Amino acid sequence: MTQAFRLENGGLINRDKKLSFKFNGKTYYGYEGDTLASALIANGVHLVGRSFKYHRPRGFFGAGVDEPYAIVQLYRNNETEPNVKATEQELFEGLEAKSVNCWPSVNFDIGAINNFLKIFLPAGFYYKTFMWPKSFWYRVYEPFIRKAAGLGVASTKHDKERYEHKYEYFDLLIVGSGPSGLASAYAAAKNGARVILAEDKPRFGGSLLTSDVNIGNQSGEDWANSIIAELKEMPNVVVKNRSQVFGYYDHNMLVMSEKVSDHLPKTKKYHPKQRLWYIRAKEVLISSGSIERPLVFGNNDTPGVMLSSAAKEYLKVYGVLVGKNPLVFTNNDSGYETAIEFKKNGINPIILDSRVNPQSEIINEAINLGINIKFSYVVVAAQGYKKVNSADIAKISDNKKQLGTVENIKCDCICVSGFWTPTIHLASQSGNKTKFKEEIDAFVPGTSKQNETTLGAANGIFTLEETLKDSFTAGQDLSKKITNNDNKISFPNVVEKKSSQHDKFWCVPLPEGKNYKRFLDFQNDVSVSDIEIALKEGYRSIEHVKRYTTLGMATDQGKTSNLNGLQLVSDIENKVVPAVGHTTFRPPYTPISIGAIVGREVGKHSKPTRKSPMHSWHEKNNAVFVDAGVWLRPRYYKQGNETLFEASKREGKNVRTNVGVCDVTTLGKIDIKGPDAAELLNRVYTNAWLKLPVGKARYGVMLREDGIVMDDGTTTRISENHYHMTTTTAQAANVLSHLEYYLQLVWPELNVNVVSTTEQWAGAAIAGPKSRKLLEKLFPNNDVSNEGLPFMGYMESDLFGVKARIFRISFSGELAYEVNVESDNGNFMWEKIIKLGQEFQVQPYGTEALSTLRIEMGHVAGSELDGRTIPYDTSLDGLVSKKKDFIGKRSLNREAFTSEDRQKIVGVVPLDKKTSIPEGSHLVKDAKAPLPNKKLGHISASCWSVEHDNPFSLAILKDGKNMIGEKLFVMSPLKNKVIPVEIVSSHYVDPKGERVRS
Amino acid sequence: MLHIKCPYCGMRSQNEFSYGGDASVKRPELNKEISDQEWDSFVYNRKSLRGKHLELWQHLSGCRQWIKVERDTATHEIFNTHKADEEIS
Ligand SMILES: [Zn+2]
Repeated sequence: MTQAFRLENGGLINRDKKLSFKFNGKTYYGYEGDTLASALIANGVHLVGRSFKYHRPRGFFGAGVDEPYAIVQLYRNNETEPNVKATEQELFEGLEAKSVNCWPSVNFDIGAINNFLKIFLPAGFYYKTFMWPKSFWYRVYEPFIRKAAGLGVASTKHDKERYEHKYEYFDLLIVGSGPSGLASAYAAAKNGARVILAEDKPRFGGSLLTSDVNIGNQSGEDWANSIIAELKEMPNVVVKNRSQVFGYYDHNMLVMSEKVSDHLPKTKKYHPKQRLWYIRAKEVLISSGSIERPLVFGNNDTPGVMLSSAAKEYLKVYGVLVGKNPLVFTNNDSGYETAIEFKKNGINPIILDSRVNPQSEIINEAINLGINIKFSYVVVAAQGYKKVNSADIAKISDNKKQLGTVENIKCDCICVSGFWTPTIHLASQSGNKTKFKEEIDAFVPGTSKQNETTLGAANGIFTLEETLKDSFTAGQDLSKKITNNDNKISFPNVVEKKSSQHDKFWCVPLPEGKNYKRFLDFQNDVSVSDIEIALKEGYRSIEHVKRYTTLGMATDQGKTSNLNGLQLVSDIENKVVPAVGHTTFRPPYTPISIGAIVGREVGKHSKPTRKSPMHSWHEKNNAVFVDAGVWLRPRYYKQGNETLFEASKREGKNVRTNVGVCDVTTLGKIDIKGPDAAELLNRVYTNAWLKLPVGKARYGVMLREDGIVMDDGTTTRISENHYHMTTTTAQAANVLSHLEYYLQLVWPELNVNVVSTTEQWAGAAIAGPKSRKLLEKLFPNNDVSNEGLPFMGYMESDLFGVKARIFRISFSGELAYEVNVESDNGNFMWEKIIKLGQEFQVQPYGTEALSTLRIEMGHVAGSELDGRTIPYDTSLDGLVSKKKDFIGKRSLNREAFTSEDRQKIVGVVPLDKKTSIPEGSHLVKDAKAPLPNKKLGHISASCWSVEHDNPFSLAILKDGKNMIGEKLFVMSPLKNKVIPVEIVSSHYVDPKGERVRS
Repeated sequence: MLHIKCPYCGMRSQNEFSYGGDASVKRPELNKEISDQEWDSFVYNRKSLRGKHLELWQHLSGCRQWIKVERDTATHEIFNTHKADEEIS
């Protein structure tokens, strides 16, 4: 394939490196330094997709981030990515891309029928049509809309690429490397400030790469290159290309997406694909430039109609002609620059200028070059379906209302220029109150809210000299404030052509008898008539017009459409644009990949993993792990082909008959010290704590101020002013914060310190009738008899040379102990227990057996203490002191909390003693009652009772106190189960609690 | 993301802190007889102001101190930060 539209010379591409690529299955060639767009245009390919709503043919409209059309599905290194702009994607060897929005192919598209049925798709079409009948929405409308409206397909495979996050602080962040970005960065860098300069394109220089100017006796491009080269050498400067600053957040934090590897055939080893930078800057300079505005005329979405600045960029940067018979349609001098570039390369353009008799240096240059210029002329409509082949043009009256005779002239592209729109997105995101600048008919930044300054074209300054002056000064002044240096930079001599005033004219009237679609929003297919309908139907606020018509709501966020839309609304409404106001700019400025946002927090890195010191022992002994918050805990230890059910049953039974050992390291532990420690506990827990003797543990319940149970656990008095508190695994962090809150803010007079010691201690629960015998072997020098170490007793000991704490507490309801040793000795302790326990048939047990044991004992845990229950509900009201005050006590008087039929914990057994009850099921009186069937309570936890060998559940049931013996139904619509059950006591095993005291 | 000056540690990013609500709320003294209304307004009623607000934050992933922050809830501007025991005029 030849590159028929590539010039012999010129451009910034590397002609020594030819690259092959595929588009829609066909092979083409381009050069290193091309974008996918420039390489396709070089090959004469202009049909790249179909539009969103009408499926009209789509070509290229721009040459960068503002591109509304050329969105492709990219294939790179066996992965695929949707929503890639061909104008931004750099070419690499072997690149493959496909059109989106086309079915079955870009050349023959069934959805294009929408175009002929356009009467069905006016403004508000979705609101009007798809609302009724409601049942059609999920079955018919949504699938249809989704299929017809997609912009590519996301991969369902795991993304193997690596994405990184980086956090940085800078004195100055400069967005954009055009003339103003370079000048301000240079001045600030010379003043010793720490500077980062971010450019979204691969090449630095912005408009200097395409404009015919001279700075300090160098071409604009050479000047840009020399400044960049110098900046790169400076240690206080970071220069980044392919880096889009897309969001401006609070307190001068900005986020930038750096495309590290997207331009390469595959990501290099150890490199990320993309890197997201979180940058906190003392000052932000926005030099984001401006985007050319389109002109609105009939069929202005036909492939071959594009921005004149884009045509110039394809020519000057890529050495590519967008057409060989170009028509330039302009309302200002910028179109002339493009025409002159064409002429210099041997192409004869025609210029249509809507202005009556404009005069300027650049117009004279065009006239002297012999370019055919028609003043007071406009394009009425583009002709051609898949590519422009001619244009209907006409003279226009001075008041821009009447068209003269329409004539048709041949052309193969139409380059439009409707003047320039400053890119104010970032300034607006920062909270800047933007203002309308009459001279340029566009919004510019006004009063800054944060430390942000907008310079150059983004600030509505369109002359190079003024831009450079402002930018050198800003860079110097702002850096001086930070570094106190005052290095003056001599201002270079600038040569540029002066421009004349643009025409305040954007929308060409329709010729008599014609009904061409004139598009405003090219990505969402919003046309002039859609806006007219919205206004006719009474929409006034620009925010409403936007949502009703979807103007500016596509992935390009209206970069090319916003102002023309506003202009149209203001014309029809007879208002001025500032009175109409613009819609809100929100981050991200351009789409950002989900991978970049997620960074490295994927898979097992999505949260930290905490492991107990005995983890490797569990692994070696076939533990199957379960996530408990961020902890990994053994759920059960698999023997042979055991299932979870079989293993947990075996482990539970062994605890009830012999002795088991469970890793309880994950329990929260808080060390509490100070003379007022007892007083703190007395205020935090619902029961009395002032008289707990040294060497004793006590169970306690703490409430929130609203009376709801927050957590439970045991606390042990280690010495006079020293306590050891345990919390549930889940609430450990919250309880510590809770204690700190009261100590620091509410009762600072209490002399107490608290600190987390969760990770300092490894814990093993030893439970079962034979646990004391095992303890005697572990601690032969201590008296661990029922008298020596009674229930809720505590002793400090020595485990074969290792410091140990022994607590006689029980979660399983058996005779049980918890042994703590310092974490480093955890494995030593565990192996001792297993070894010395052999003669007592010790077995490790996991969380599943642990749950079973506590459920059948009626011990409450997180599933009952779920943030909705008070002490009464969970039968913990015996622990609520009547005498003293404590956190949350006053709330317990609330009427709802004291009502006679208040919910309460009960036990639930299926009548058939066989059917397992799903957790979360509801309890109802009558399984056949009409819906909504009144819910009496819910199943909070279920198990297979080890003791009774049948299913048993705990439930929180309305009037639970009076329900024992009742027959109810458990309903689980999720599992499609209805189970007749009997309500029993929540203490299904050992209701008197004799075993723990034995 | 906010940038909050911890009076103990200096400027830190918001993700090191956790929010603790209105700092002007005073917990009723223990053992004091108070009306249902008074208790209700302590537990539940908050003004949810638009504008300058004195609020609590805990420097959770730092020094773990609870601090008081004067912040504008509409603009997120932070005027000042204080230690918990500092009197604020
Ligand atoms: Zn701190």
